[in-house]
Amino acid sequence: MEWLDNFWSTYNTLVYSIGVHALLALSIWLTLACGLLSMANAAFMGIGAYVSALLSLNAGWPFAAVLVAAGVAPALVALIIGIPTLRLSGVYLAMATLAFGEVVRITVLNLEITGGPEGLNGIPQSTQGWHIVAILAFVVYGLTRMQRSRVGRAFESIREDDVAASLMGIDVARYKLFAFVLGAAMAGVAGGLNAHFTFFISPREYGFENAVDILTMAVLGGTGSLVGPMLGAAILTLLPELLRFLNEFRGIFNGIVLVLVVLFLPKGIWEPRRIKALFARGGGK
Amino acid sequence: MLSIHNLGKHFGGLSVLEDVSFEVPVGGIFGLIGPNGAGKTTVFNLVTGLLKPSSGKISFEGRDLAGLPPHLVTRLGIARTFQNIRIFKEMTLLENVMVGMHHHLRYGPAELFLNSRACRDAETRARQRAHELLSWVRLDHRAEMLADNLSLRRPARKLEFARGAGNRTQVAAARRAGGRHESLGKTVLMEEIRNICQRGFSVFLIEHDMRFVMGVCERIAVLNFGRIIAEEAPTRSATIPT
Amino acid sequence: MLSQQLLNALTLGSVYALFALGFTLVFGVLAVINLSHGAVFMVGSYTALFVVTRFEMPLWLGMLAAMMASGTLGLLIDVLILKRLRARNAPHLIPMIATIGVAITLSSMAQGLFGAEIMRFPEGTIPAGEFIVGDMHVRAIELGIVGIAFAMMAALLLAIRRTQLGRALRAIAESPKAASLLGINVEGLFHGTSFVAAALGGLAGVLIGLDFNAITPLMGQPILHKGIAVIILGGMGDIRGALIAGLFLGFAEVMSKAYVSSQMGDAVAFGLLFLILLVRPSGLFGRVLERKA
Repeated sequence: MEWLDNFWSTYNTLVYSIGVHALLALSIWLTLACGLLSMANAAFMGIGAYVSALLSLNAGWPFAAVLVAAGVAPALVALIIGIPTLRLSGVYLAMATLAFGEVVRITVLNLEITGGPEGLNGIPQSTQGWHIVAILAFVVYGLTRMQRSRVGRAFESIREDDVAASLMGIDVARYKLFAFVLGAAMAGVAGGLNAHFTFFISPREYGFENAVDILTMAVLGGTGSLVGPMLGAAILTLLPELLRFLNEFRGIFNGIVLVLVVLFLPKGIWEPRRIKALFARGGGK
Repeated sequence: MLSIHNLGKHFGGLSVLEDVSFEVPVGGIFGLIGPNGAGKTTVFNLVTGLLKPSSGKISFEGRDLAGLPPHLVTRLGIARTFQNIRIFKEMTLLENVMVGMHHHLRYGPAELFLNSRACRDAETRARQRAHELLSWVRLDHRAEMLADNLSLRRPARKLEFARGAGNRTQVAAARRAGGRHESLGKTVLMEEIRNICQRGFSVFLIEHDMRFVMGVCERIAVLNFGRIIAEEAPTRSATIPT
Repeated sequence: MLSQQLLNALTLGSVYALFALGFTLVFGVLAVINLSHGAVFMVGSYTALFVVTRFEMPLWLGMLAAMMASGTLGLLIDVLILKRLRARNAPHLIPMIATIGVAITLSSMAQGLFGAEIMRFPEGTIPAGEFIVGDMHVRAIELGIVGIAFAMMAALLLAIRRTQLGRALRAIAESPKAASLLGINVEGLFHGTSFVAAALGGLAGVLIGLDFNAITPLMGQPILHKGIAVIILGGMGDIRGALIAGLFLGFAEVMSKAYVSSQMGDAVAFGLLFLILLVRPSGLFGRVLERKA
């Protein structure tokens, strides 16, 4: 088992990153599932990361409590900003969440308690591999249950046509708020987990690019199912490692992938429903 | 009974409906007719909660509907179909109908998460009921198909009916799409409306084609320039000029 | 002191307005939030810089080249990407995501090619004159920036208000389908609009590069966010609104940096935007110009 130890010591951060990114991709998947494009998930991740790091560093809370706080804090923020914001439709919502993300980033950059542009250092490395696996498994199970229920159908109907959905007796505003708040909590927990294995956090990690990265993972993998965003997260975490030889040009890859996927794989890489439908129709129209 | 009393609606300075009153009785088919632009769709939007009335009252079985958001109106038992059909294209027919049952599937988040017996049973019953509703409109054999593949308007319209019926609807508010190409489906729609009615639903139909309404409705009201100008039972023997 | 700040605000605000003009034009006509507008702005900056340094051309040629390069880029984005999405009738968030991809590609390309460090126009390129009006120092370059920005905006406004082309554009903004039934070459005007909007964005890039004399691969991003703030404040697709809101944002930013906190200036702008969106979703001056699918 020596090779396993070697493998683990070389690649454990990479594996951790995949898990955390998968959690983030699922958090934006949840909002996309009911037709909301939220660009605030990186900011929610940041709120979770900073709240948890500060609680660990200054208050000495146990890790479990810290993680709960990492989820609850951004969820509360999402609840407060969500009630007025979610009235906005489509692009306006994306813009408002983007503006909110900027406010969070600039605030963190300028506050004393958050360490300003230098960020926070020396966060205890409490995150274990199994924490990430357990939380991810819990989230995936919960979302799977949700997807196969009246809640999942309500999300889908809101995504397709929210007026028609409301005329089916669905409380559209409440479901949207629910998705937004739950997504924020998931992103916050991901932020808390991340802060407690990278040892160091700074405002740079929670800006617009990061919101875009999260979105790219979900769109690349496909938002038709839960597998898609996780697959997208794994690919986009591994690829930069494989593309090291591209050096400074690595970023180009992300951009081109996003464009190509939107153009040629509008449903993402993983699109089970079409496949299933294809079989149901006996091999196509 | 759905009763509309002195209903008025204006957008800015433009008055669309004025002092409109009529009652949609329980059972049977009620038709609201009038030329294009008479305000028929506005009446529908007011009844279903998409618009708020400027004046007047709408009540359903004694309950005031004015000001209720659409989802609460729907939960009281009023479903509607749309002029340009709005089905959920990326869901199967079965799921479309099950969305219509949303409010009647009651289980809490904990039951859902633990996949409790109550939750499973509720889902199974809903599924069976959805199959049954689909069989009413003879779409049961395509239950697992994506609604997007219903390329024709007619089956899509039928699906809208089944979806509405899922909501334990008492009044199905229906609107036939205008346009020439639809005239072929007229008899089918007539059949479908009668079919729904026979199963104990009241139907509230808006329509601009007099002949169609005369053929199917038991009572009608005529709306023109935002006012009710007549309300009566159509005489079936009357000759209608084409 | 106050008059000096007002001048700074006018300079910054007129560039914001010029940038936002193209941004809002594309939204009004194509109904697309083109998030690559910031990257196109950056490309304009670098183009002018290279024309001036490598080829030792005068600055006005640099500006012209910047407009051509950015315009062509905008046209390419429309032809290669947005046109396909239109043909597919993609939901409105999709073109937005695609243009995010373009923006990332362009800015990382610039980072790879030129490195992350700040590049500057060589000495002597930027007119160094300075007037003293009362207690105010007016740099010639500031006058130039304000003049060019306003001239461009006036030309565009006139073209849209007064010409046949402008009428066609307004028809498309109302309904592309109806416009094409009236015999308007809708696709052609989409391409043209993309070119003009990107050219204006590129010019704004040169002007900002001159004002701050600093060009970096990531310079497109803050201005993109400002542009978003401006077009929302002004009402999406509303050209006059973008002009007023651009000046307003420049003013708010300069004043909050001068009198509130130098660090929190940006947060003030976005906080303001966020609040306004909550109260007036269609913007301060705007009416909602949303085309329902």
